[in-house]
Amino acid sequence: MTSATSKVTRERLLAVLDTVMDPEVPVLSVVELGIIRDLEVQGDVVKVTVTPTYSGCPAMHVIEREIETALRNNGVASVEIATRHSPAWTTDWMPALAREKLRAYGIAPPGPAAHEAPIAIGRRRQAVRCPYCGSADTETRSEFGSTACKAIHVCRACEQPFEEFKAI
Amino acid sequence: MKKQASSAAVRPQNDTFEYLLRLGDDRLVLGHRTSEWCGHAPILEEDIALANVALDLVGQANLLLSAAATAENAGRDADALAFLRDELDYRSVLMVELPNGDFAFTIARQFLFGVYSMVQSEALQKSKHADLGGIAAKMFKETRYHVRHSGEWLLKLGDGTDESHRRLQDAINELWRYTGELFLTDDIERRAAEQGIGVDSSTLQAAWSAQVTEVLRRAGISTPEVTWMQRGGRVGQHTEQLGHMLAEMQTLQRQHPGASW
Repeated sequence: MTSATSKVTRERLLAVLDTVMDPEVPVLSVVELGIIRDLEVQGDVVKVTVTPTYSGCPAMHVIEREIETALRNNGVASVEIATRHSPAWTTDWMPALAREKLRAYGIAPPGPAAHEAPIAIGRRRQAVRCPYCGSADTETRSEFGSTACKAIHVCRACEQPFEEFKAI
Repeated sequence: MKKQASSAAVRPQNDTFEYLLRLGDDRLVLGHRTSEWCGHAPILEEDIALANVALDLVGQANLLLSAAATAENAGRDADALAFLRDELDYRSVLMVELPNGDFAFTIARQFLFGVYSMVQSEALQKSKHADLGGIAAKMFKETRYHVRHSGEWLLKLGDGTDESHRRLQDAINELWRYTGELFLTDDIERRAAEQGIGVDSSTLQAAWSAQVTEVLRRAGISTPEVTWMQRGGRVGQHTEQLGHMLAEMQTLQRQHPGASW
């Protein structure tokens, strides 16, 4: 295979991966989630490099299986999935369009990830905007939500509880 | 029967394996303890929070024990290390194996260990080991959330009712004697640090103390004077509690070897 066809194949396959949705947040594809770090076409073999979200995220196994299935259904004979730990996944890799999709789905998108700042314990953090009414008059109910990647807040303006995709 | 030399004497010392095992075992044991709260926490949000923290810890342990298994290169994987070792072969600190006690005890332990894990993983991000730097970067991010969670609770319990304050002070008094072991160092760790793979735990104590005492002070909790610090976990000398915990954690793999989902 020439490198030109390989490049076309690569882009076509990335487009295929853009249809593989996160099972826990079904409005985001694995590409939008930022976990696909590389895709290499080597003859009949396609090697996908994935950086996991959370260490214990149970969805990662399902996601890897779905990546493989999607590629096989699109004519790839052999799929190899490699895990890359460094650099660690960050929500900063999520493009603006993906954040907008989250908000439209009712999940407040992550703000910028602050890795170095000291943790504020017992001090008010900047309020997370309600994805429904846009109000900043919200309060945190729990640092942890239905999945490892989310926190629970409630909006005082529209009285709607909502989830936030945590910045990490 | 002919007396055999112990396996430790036969096998050459593998510092990287031993070091990664310590990191993994701390998180596996605390992760399992934390998971015991699932379905028992005082309110629904806490049940979810503790289950999430447990999941992170077990996930971190899985990554660390996988790296340990690779370093060992003896045909064992992370599952074999987790489910087929006896307590004498566990290298976790004593603090993490203690039973959960009440909610104050659980939260106090999450906080004391969490701050330790945070300063440790922050330093380990620079590890020269192929995987450890990346794993540590992830642990650092996750642990910051854990500490924010347990730290907020420390303030609420310390500044809450007389009973919540008393229970938290009791928990800190009980746990304090287990904090010394977090910062003990030995030849394995020093060599791992010299090779740029690990960090010398004694270098973490100042940062840990500063953060812990600051939050305890704000919670109105006093730090106890302890003259004797418990130790032994790093060399496999555990309390009786770890064996009971492992019996439950390992029962499926022991009874049905190789069983998988």
